[in-house]
Amino acid sequence: MKAQHEAEQFLYRQADFLDTKRWQDWIDLFTPDGIYWMPPDATYQTWDGQPAIFAEDKNLMNVRMGRVLHPDAWSQRPMWGTNHLVSNVVVDKAAKNGDLVVRSRFHMMELRRDDVRHFAGQYTHHLKKVKGGYRIKLQRVDMVNAQAAYDYVLQVWV
Amino acid sequence: MLQERIPDLSKCVEPDRVRKEVYTDEDIFQLEMQRIHETVWIYVGHESQVPKAGDYYTAQIGRQPMLMVRGRNGKVHVLYNRCPHRGNMMCGDRHGNTGEQFRCSYHAWTFHHDGRLKNIPMMDSGYAGTRLNRDSPELSMKPAARVESYRGFVFASLAKDGPSLKEFLGKAIVAFDDMCDRAPEGEVEVVPNCFRVIQHSNWKLFMENQIDALHPSVTHQSTGRAAHEVEKQIAKKAKAGEALSYHMLSAFATVTIDKWDNFQTLNYPYGHCILTGYMGLRPQDPDTLAYDKVMIKAYGQKRFEEIVGVNIHHVLVYPGLSVQSPLQQLRAVRPLGVDRTLTEIWHFRLKGAPEAIYRRSLAYYNLVNSPATLINADDLENFWKCHQGLSSDGGDWVSFARHHGHDIEREGEVSSAPNQGTSEAPMRNQMKAWAKYMTA
Repeated sequence: MKAQHEAEQFLYRQADFLDTKRWQDWIDLFTPDGIYWMPPDATYQTWDGQPAIFAEDKNLMNVRMGRVLHPDAWSQRPMWGTNHLVSNVVVDKAAKNGDLVVRSRFHMMELRRDDVRHFAGQYTHHLKKVKGGYRIKLQRVDMVNAQAAYDYVLQVWV
Repeated sequence: MLQERIPDLSKCVEPDRVRKEVYTDEDIFQLEMQRIHETVWIYVGHESQVPKAGDYYTAQIGRQPMLMVRGRNGKVHVLYNRCPHRGNMMCGDRHGNTGEQFRCSYHAWTFHHDGRLKNIPMMDSGYAGTRLNRDSPELSMKPAARVESYRGFVFASLAKDGPSLKEFLGKAIVAFDDMCDRAPEGEVEVVPNCFRVIQHSNWKLFMENQIDALHPSVTHQSTGRAAHEVEKQIAKKAKAGEALSYHMLSAFATVTIDKWDNFQTLNYPYGHCILTGYMGLRPQDPDTLAYDKVMIKAYGQKRFEEIVGVNIHHVLVYPGLSVQSPLQQLRAVRPLGVDRTLTEIWHFRLKGAPEAIYRRSLAYYNLVNSPATLINADDLENFWKCHQGLSSDGGDWVSFARHHGHDIEREGEVSSAPNQGTSEAPMRNQMKAWAKYMTA
């Protein structure tokens, strides 16, 4: 029960960082070798050496954050925001050392200029237990929309 | 209607400027679909997308839903995705395997992989005495008028007459030679994933931008700068070559606006264009050296030097394909409407090349060409803004005057003058071809 509660709180906080554009706080949730991965479809087994919508280590996360925060990131000029709902949280594995594998469902609504888009799917978080909480070793994001044509692009993590 | 508003399409295009309606007018769009996209050679797909008999992949040519299918004899056919009976699309999925035959989901008409009618339920009783019999050509799925393939890249033309594929491609054929020659086995195969991104703007904005050497350091400076910062940090601690994918991104900013003139554009008949290379893709890291060794073994030193000496960034095959041959990727342009354009983006594997070389170009595919692109986000924003502005009455013309009058013309080929890589010659060349098609 404790793991369940802690995992839920962790996921909610991570979603909150995205919705409040706290990019550095979001990146800090990952272990130093952590990976954020969004495969093009659910059949992919590994992020390594494959086409990927996102397959980002901390270096690439820093590029993305640096880009988004740059004063001349033109595509960031229009007002935009997101709202994530995270639910259906299942702790699939709880190791003796406290590490967890957690599956959840998400729904993100995005407003950009006057256009609304919806993205939804499943998160799989491989969480490493650290002092005072968890860090993400691997976050896999399987979007229902993954194979659909993208009307415009994804500028930040989902 | 169109005739009244725009009495003379040839007046829409001047050597150094173009009327805005060329980008925004619905009737002009319909006409260019008919006279350009549904007439010339359009890239359908790569043969390796359909390796087995019955494998099919759908593709839009102009406004026409087509499909590419592998027949049992190994031949690749391109057909209209349409049942000749009541017009039902034969394949509702983007790709798949149709089995031994196509079978319509509406009334069970069946067809061979080449489109010929196989059977209609109760054919003899149902059609006795009618205008139709088993041999009527209108009872087959209609094939594209012409299909040709070059080194595995399949093109179709919906017009019966016209230049052959090779004649049409002309010197732009280097796009496919450069890609395939870089494979020790002389062939590429598709990486089975297609990224698809829609932009809210006319298709020509995409084609013009692909070879616009003036825009990267302006449009992409945010990513270029951010990548350069991380590249410097990595270079301090990592071994050579590891930061290469960051270099591909940082080049967008570190190659400053004045340096872009050092490159060159080459412009050919039918609107095709080339922008020469700038990313320095011949590093001396161990992965590249290992690749060089395999290549020299396959081709010999002399031919190897020729192959890797080809200096290209982008090849545009007008009107619908942008090929980045040294990185083995391409973007096929599928106009959806006057202000909506789909790009289908594919990556290819060099047969016989070490895994590290595949991974290097894969990094570019993921970072630049995925739907989470660090680069195209700003292009698409520009395209949308261009289309909005062009739809207004704030002006009548789009200017392509940069370095106009300085281009060097030789035997029908136009190149930008030395140190004029930012010449708008490629846009002028595309519009020249456009005007020729539209007023023919």
